[in-house]
Amino acid sequence: MLMISTGNKAIAAAVKQARPSVVAAYPITPQTEIIEQIASYVANGEVETEYIPVESEHSAMAACIGASVTGVRTFTATSSHGLLYMHEMLHWAAGARLPIVMANVNRAVGPGWNTWAEHTDAFSQRDTGWLQVFVGTVQEAYDATLMAFRIAEDERVLLPVMVNLDGFTLSHIMQSLETVDLGDFIPPTRLPYAIDVKNPMGYGPMTGPDDYFRFRWDIERSMRDARDVIRETEEEFARRFGRKYGPAEEYLCEDAEVVVVSMGTLGKEAEVAVDLLRKEGVKAGSMRLRWFRPFPDLDLKGREVVVIDRDYSFGFGGVVAASLKAKTGIECYNVIAGLGGQEVTYDDIADFVRNRRIGEEMWFGVSE
Amino acid sequence: MSEIPKEEYITTCTAACAGCSSSLSLRYVLKAAGPDTVLVVPACCTSVIQGMYPNTSFNVPVYNIAFAAAAACASGMSKAFKSAGKKTNVIVYAGDGGTVDIGIQALSGAFERGTNFLYICYDNEAYGNTGMQRSGATPLGALTTTTPAGKTETKKDLDQIVAAHNPPYMATACSAYPLDLYKKVKKALSIEGPKFIHILAPCPPGWRYNSDKTIEIGKLAVKTGSWVLYEREYGKLTVSGPSRTALKKPHPIEEYIRAQGRFKKATPEIVAELQQSIEKNLARIKKEEEGIC
Repeated sequence: MLMISTGNKAIAAAVKQARPSVVAAYPITPQTEIIEQIASYVANGEVETEYIPVESEHSAMAACIGASVTGVRTFTATSSHGLLYMHEMLHWAAGARLPIVMANVNRAVGPGWNTWAEHTDAFSQRDTGWLQVFVGTVQEAYDATLMAFRIAEDERVLLPVMVNLDGFTLSHIMQSLETVDLGDFIPPTRLPYAIDVKNPMGYGPMTGPDDYFRFRWDIERSMRDARDVIRETEEEFARRFGRKYGPAEEYLCEDAEVVVVSMGTLGKEAEVAVDLLRKEGVKAGSMRLRWFRPFPDLDLKGREVVVIDRDYSFGFGGVVAASLKAKTGIECYNVIAGLGGQEVTYDDIADFVRNRRIGEEMWFGVSE
Repeated sequence: MSEIPKEEYITTCTAACAGCSSSLSLRYVLKAAGPDTVLVVPACCTSVIQGMYPNTSFNVPVYNIAFAAAAACASGMSKAFKSAGKKTNVIVYAGDGGTVDIGIQALSGAFERGTNFLYICYDNEAYGNTGMQRSGATPLGALTTTTPAGKTETKKDLDQIVAAHNPPYMATACSAYPLDLYKKVKKALSIEGPKFIHILAPCPPGWRYNSDKTIEIGKLAVKTGSWVLYEREYGKLTVSGPSRTALKKPHPIEEYIRAQGRFKKATPEIVAELQQSIEKNLARIKKEEEGIC
């Protein structure tokens, strides 16, 4: 069905189709619309989901953990400080190998108090063991949420998945959305070690160094296997529903001499910048990084790279630029832009490319 | 005691200290609850007592969760069992620190939402498994490793906080009276909605008495009125049998606190204050039982 939807409502629509047994959530701007919509689906009887209106995000994730371990499908959504408040439980969810799906509406972190887009909230959860995907359109928010359930619940993965969408610039804007007839794309949840009173076990007890170490390795092994599961799932999604996704969305990259690497809605803006630069004779391309964990291998050899980071690791550098350098050894021009919703237009992005100084870092509108 | 089932859900060898009354209490809680039960346990002595991976000393599933999260985790679990059409008992078994301090927000939220579960706080009046640091449930004057001169504040009144949430059932219990505890757990689990039981669990190393005195210390707590056993069903308070005598004439507090090393620095003023608070509490409970307040 074709409709017009916000990013938030697209996520809610996908969740409704995935039919989770339990949704536990706490409202926070700009995520609120997602859970309001789910609450109304539940109230109208459109979905048989137990909706738990918890008193905090820490409890939202704890409730999802408690539900998930019994073997049922669970979902929650949050943003910014809500995500940070959950941090401890994010480790717990991944460590307990629970396939919880969460939408995170990317938002800056205070102080000063700011509700606009930034990726610091999600990147602060980098080492929790969650898979993280970043979307660039309303359609992709919907598609990625559907795929997230399937990827998380795959027995080769059994790790939680976070679907990230930019606050307001995607959560609240209206774009066309084509929903799918899901069919059997998301099979019933099957957790191999779900709680069973007939086979009592201790879940998450004290663990000595040797066993703990093995558990950590198992998470990493699943993270590595997740690359295949993601690829297979995205390929099957393309076969069934006609929309193709990959670890990064490449735009005019084949012959590009300079590539803009970015995430979320800035990645879509970068495509317009690339069109502009091509008209000027600059062989530019855009690579919108979709999966942040597991971090993909990007083919950037022999090109100049401009990385736009909507985040910063203080005392160090932009997180995406640093990750790319660590993975590929490639030096880039690192532009820090869009923090706290700072406006970044395609003209600005074209300027970043025109004025690139490989090996340097620039804070857009501040250090120049 | 003949009505108590012979089935055991805790093995004979656990990592509990000698004379541990919280594991004694849990033994009766599980006998009352039966095998269709899941325990949710935050960081506390029980998370140690159950043993180290890959072993477990309990014969029911135990879900270990982070310190602040037990009640919220149980909320999710209870709803998941409901959605799957299962009647499984969800029981939180949490220490006082995880209940009155770090876990109180989740506790309050779960009670406000009417979560169908039983929350049991076993109260050894300190952070026990980390070597007895002060908690909000530590009584005035008690020595802990973080109150080396004796606690200068009074014990947080958890029962009044829980009562303010109007759960359909709440009760106090003590490990020294296992039959009373057993009956209360049975009754609690027969009721739909949030239930709460607060167990006083004397702790030999923490309270500094010999491990063979655990039952005696628990009985002294009840006899002196330091700990009052009662139930509150749908708001109606009934004092339990073992506390009837204390309600009429409690033994002096000295009998209870002099038996424990943790009160050795308690001054006469502190002893008097403890005695006064007992009298005030007994008077309040008496009035509430008579329906005066």
